Amino acid sequence: MSNEATLHSQQEVMHGAAAHGHGHDDHEHHHEGGFISKYVFSMDHKTIAKQFLITGILWAIVGAFFSVLFRLQLGFPDTTFPWLESILGHWAKGGHISPEAYYALVTMHGTILVFFVLTAGLSGTFSNLLIPLQVGARDMASPFMNMLSYWFFFMASCVMMCSLFVQTGPASGGWTSYPPLSALGDASIGSKIGMDLWLTSMALFVVSQLLGGLNYISTILNMRTKGMSMTKMPLTIWSFFFTAVLGVLSFPVLLSGFILLLFDRHAGTSFYLSELFVAGKALSNEGGSAILYQHLFWFLGHPEVYIIILPAMGMVSEVMAVNARKPIFGYLAMVGSMFAIAILAFLVWAHHMFVTGLNPFLGAFFVLLTLLIAVPSAIKVFNWITTIWRGNIRFTPGMLFSIGFVSTFISGGLTGIWLGNSSIDIHLHDTYFVIAHFHIVMGVSAFLGLFAGVYHWFPKMFGRYLNNTLSYIHFWITLVGAYLIFWPMHYEGMAGMPRRYYDYSNWESFKQFGDLNHFISIVVIIVFAAQLLFVFNFFYSVFKGRKLTTTNPWNATTLEWTTPINPGHGNWPGEIPEVYRWPYDYSKDGVDFIPQTVPLSKDEEAAGGH
Amino acid sequence: MQAMSVQRNKIHPHKYSLWIAMGSITMMFIGFTSAYVVKRAQANWFTFQLPMIFWISTGIILSSSFTVQMAVKQFRNRHMQRYKQLITLTAVLGVAFAVCQWIGFMQMNAMGLPLNGPASVSFIYVIVSVHLLHVLGGVVALLIMFGRAFRTRIRTYSPVPIEVAATYWHFVDALWIYLLIFLSIAR
Repeated sequence: MSNEATLHSQQEVMHGAAAHGHGHDDHEHHHEGGFISKYVFSMDHKTIAKQFLITGILWAIVGAFFSVLFRLQLGFPDTTFPWLESILGHWAKGGHISPEAYYALVTMHGTILVFFVLTAGLSGTFSNLLIPLQVGARDMASPFMNMLSYWFFFMASCVMMCSLFVQTGPASGGWTSYPPLSALGDASIGSKIGMDLWLTSMALFVVSQLLGGLNYISTILNMRTKGMSMTKMPLTIWSFFFTAVLGVLSFPVLLSGFILLLFDRHAGTSFYLSELFVAGKALSNEGGSAILYQHLFWFLGHPEVYIIILPAMGMVSEVMAVNARKPIFGYLAMVGSMFAIAILAFLVWAHHMFVTGLNPFLGAFFVLLTLLIAVPSAIKVFNWITTIWRGNIRFTPGMLFSIGFVSTFISGGLTGIWLGNSSIDIHLHDTYFVIAHFHIVMGVSAFLGLFAGVYHWFPKMFGRYLNNTLSYIHFWITLVGAYLIFWPMHYEGMAGMPRRYYDYSNWESFKQFGDLNHFISIVVIIVFAAQLLFVFNFFYSVFKGRKLTTTNPWNATTLEWTTPINPGHGNWPGEIPEVYRWPYDYSKDGVDFIPQTVPLSKDEEAAGGH
Repeated sequence: MQAMSVQRNKIHPHKYSLWIAMGSITMMFIGFTSAYVVKRAQANWFTFQLPMIFWISTGIILSSSFTVQMAVKQFRNRHMQRYKQLITLTAVLGVAFAVCQWIGFMQMNAMGLPLNGPASVSFIYVIVSVHLLHVLGGVVALLIMFGRAFRTRIRTYSPVPIEVAATYWHFVDALWIYLLIFLSIAR
């Protein structure tokens, strides 16, 4: 390829150029460092991406294992599992998970997966990996801050991990940590030291997200290579951009809410507390409002779900175009709909609060704004389908996961329209219907997007391929399993079965779901095992996978595939390639694909190029 | 050779990151102040007078903005002696501001308005002290600048670090004025 030839010819010039190099080069000089600076306190965005990914994988195993444990309780409320006592001790006396342990497991499952896996593990990994590689930058705007971002996440992880082992157990008031339960240490054992550790960990996590987000935004806006105008950026970069903007604007508000909660816990203030009795004793707190916390929490909490799903959307768009060998359908509509989602994300938070006594008049506006999100979402779904329509599809594992993403995003998104209506929400709120909705549209979809990304960019990260057979097994069990787990929950929810209950067998109305719960729990175990298969495949392939022999294994157009198979510090050995065209020139004029670095031909220029 | 591998930076990436960080910090205080507004609209809102010393601290931080801007000017003109004096003065004013805020807390406490009093009082403590933390962060940044100015082996000629610090300093100044006006009007 002409591209590679140019790279080689420029190698010599590079030695001279590196010294004057790019804008700020304080990170230029230690790429020859030892093990510590190369793998541990690394400032290289690619290494930081791997750190985020591997930490995320470890957390995902913990978080998913917790769900297996509490599904054992839900699916087999009358059975005892003696081995549970040997791992959980007095939390599972006689092989039966205690109610306190159940709530702790549920809470930590939510916290871990929402924040540590699908926020840090997803956007942390791929923003770090792909932003400099796809916009054509040597590294992030501030590699040092980028390193700090990971290490704050690491500290947050340590604190959260410690909280699992304190005597009174981790936080157990739900991942939303609503006061007054979370504000009063005497309210439950999970509200004691575990809650403090939870808040500390989350504060560190917010710092990590802000440091990361700042970097992503300033890298995308300032460090693009020559020719890479905003409209020539791959959709992945657009999605990371909107994700970072959402994070930078909404996480600080969450931090405000947490600070007030910490004051309520330890300084005797009454921001959220009023007229309470604990164990028969009246508390002195007066005049607080628990709803205030919910406003602050959901002002982050709702953008948070887009922080989770947008990177997945971006990666899926990219993987689909590459593997359908077709340009993405409606590039600008894709960008516009992501922009619309980012704006609407800030205007819908109160739809989580329809039943808190919110003024119904106000609620009507939130219903309207919530339903509006269906418009950009539908545009995106339409564009994905039209992208693969009559495409020359290659069913790589990445592509399968992308198609799976679109499927779950549709089926989970449609139930959002029900829940977004305040009147239907009165019946459905806090039932399994909600569980089913957000797990499919946010949890499963984001995971499928994450897997699509891992399968697609694994060769870039490690210079090796993942095992294909294991990948296909992983995909089919995950997709089918996810539907088998969450589809039945819609029926349970419509029948009014509430979430977060410890045992349903005492209720006449929910007894009928005993067998269904049994079935769901068995599927959960199978799906969990399939994820372990992926973990095995991942770590095995890092060391033993089939080696890459070409720099561009998927015949993609974007810049990351113009780097060497194992790119060093600075990404390109020669000068940074220049960009001439948008990233979706597939099957154009009978040519399979034209990389972004290929100048426009005479005919194209005459036609106005793209 | 000229057009080579240079990354095109329209604005220095650190400055750019600072602007985004300021947006982020602003969001945090918008979070606090909107919580304040929501809470204020509810029943039994307790009103009181802010201690006068908060106006004195306002004067101090305003003048420190002036000194830090002078410092940037002196740095650009390589008047390093004046520059060192001015950033020291700025940092001292920052500490003086912190002391004033602390005295303000003591006075409120003495007036029978403790931290664990009505929510309107607690809000003052929380908002003012979180802002104060940001000012102290600025003081730390100035101390680093100060250390750098005294290094003899490595000389820095780039005005970017002090410009970044100065912009941040103006920002916490403006933030305080916003908070003071807000807290005085929305009582």
